[in-house]
Amino acid sequence: MDLIAFYILATIVTVAALGVIVSRNPVHSVLFLILAFLTSAGLLVLIGAEFLAMLLIVVYVGAVAVLFLFVVMMLDVDFVELKQGTLGYWPLGLIAGALMFGEIALVTFARGNVVSAGQFDPSPGAETNAEAIGLVMYSDYLLLFQLAGIVLLLAMIGAIVLTLRGKTSVKRQNIGKQVARTRAEAFELKDVQPGEGI
Amino acid sequence: MSDWIQQFFTGDTSFWTAFWWAALMVTGQIGLFMVVLLISLAFLLLLDRKVWAGVMLRKGPNVVGAFGLLQSFADFGKFLLKEIIIPAGANKTVFLLAPIMTLTLAFICWAVVPVAPGWVISDLNVGVLYLFAISSLGVYGIIMGGWASNSKYPFLGSLRSAAQMVSYEVSIGFVIVTVILLVGSMNLTDIVNNQEGGFWNWHAFSLNNIVIAPVMFAMFVVFFVSALAETNRPPFDLPEAESELVAGYQVEYSSTPYLLFMIGEYLNIVLMCAMLTVLFFGGWHAPFPLPFTEDMAPWLIAFGSFAVFATKVLFFFFLFAMVKAMVPRYRYDQLMRLGWKVFLPMSLVAVLVVSGYVVYAGVQA
Repeated sequence: MDLIAFYILATIVTVAALGVIVSRNPVHSVLFLILAFLTSAGLLVLIGAEFLAMLLIVVYVGAVAVLFLFVVMMLDVDFVELKQGTLGYWPLGLIAGALMFGEIALVTFARGNVVSAGQFDPSPGAETNAEAIGLVMYSDYLLLFQLAGIVLLLAMIGAIVLTLRGKTSVKRQNIGKQVARTRAEAFELKDVQPGEGI
Repeated sequence: MSDWIQQFFTGDTSFWTAFWWAALMVTGQIGLFMVVLLISLAFLLLLDRKVWAGVMLRKGPNVVGAFGLLQSFADFGKFLLKEIIIPAGANKTVFLLAPIMTLTLAFICWAVVPVAPGWVISDLNVGVLYLFAISSLGVYGIIMGGWASNSKYPFLGSLRSAAQMVSYEVSIGFVIVTVILLVGSMNLTDIVNNQEGGFWNWHAFSLNNIVIAPVMFAMFVVFFVSALAETNRPPFDLPEAESELVAGYQVEYSSTPYLLFMIGEYLNIVLMCAMLTVLFFGGWHAPFPLPFTEDMAPWLIAFGSFAVFATKVLFFFFLFAMVKAMVPRYRYDQLMRLGWKVFLPMSLVAVLVVSGYVVYAGVQA
């Protein structure tokens, strides 16, 4: 049963990944990418790593891919025109593809004993997947984990600094001022006499 | 095949007990959930409209059926019979995929929601995270719909909506973390059972952990407001602000695709009410200990628990409807400020306080 599910999911992942590079419309590419992410999450659930699967969906599908989609939708580029010259790059693509394939093959052969799903323990030393990851992350790899956190924090601050330009021409809303406004400041009642105006 | 027939006629039940029985049970449960949800949704829609009408001193729908009870069914028929209009220049596949996706995502969330003891389709270990993950996907239906319409207002609406939903997801995530910290489990059934005993044990009040009671109540309020924003409900309905964007991402949708969008949206609202109930309001547990239920039949207790759960969900739905009727729409910069500058720091501090308390007092099992 697991095997059938695996093959169905694996087929969908492969087809979706192909769709990402084959489809002409970049928005379709991103949608295929999302499908590939979701199906990979299904594969993770299949080996019992449900925590990782959910994180994959939350982080990649829920946040990263949304931004991709944003950017791609905002671009108003004629992609067919852009693709005219791409055929000339095929030797470069071939080399990159061969390199990556070679690396994967090397690792697979070097390890020799590829673990199959049955012998795989998704939560070593703990009851659930989440606990196992937490135990490892906050004990053995605490320093690396915190370093990763600092890198992310720096990236965030960098992004904020990049968007801060200190423009003076932009009108900014001062919420505190708006809330503190009273009726006495905002209204003035005038008794208008007929035929005179204010 | 012949084995199968033989087993069937000789009354050998091994076939059923093996795999197909389980598959049939799950399919039946899913069907039951869907039917109950859709039928209750028809009446919830009516309740929604009646509440607004009541606030505005109108009568609301009262023509179809007694007290307008069949109004939603009449609307349903109308939606189905109208023509599906697909705008010229629209991306047809994505245009039709968007409402289908919205509805599907709204439905599959319910797979992990426990509505009574044991009444849950899949009791996942990471139930809360599953809910969070799936509800974070809800934004796709809206973006895809807005983009595929190939029109300005829908696209603007969908951009707004995506920014809004992504922003409020962050604080919802942190609020959920405080609850997970208190319970020590991501399983929704465990979360509900952690609040057993009476309303003083509910996470919204947390009177059994009096030190963090104010923090948890604040988190409950943050979750409620974020749920309003996450489901694009007023006062945060900027994606479809009719005075600015006509109807946002739904402008080009008509007939059944629009119906799917609407059902998906309302299912998400009911889901948020259910999440509030499960995370903060004790799920199916009654507000007071009921000693007389101890020697009642299990099925009676199950139905009673379900009634308690449904009542709480109904209460939150009523609150959602009242908010829509009474609160004027936010300005977009106010919305973003509330999400990033008020709720996010608040929930971050709450996570710190609650985790400190949990370590100090050792409340986790």
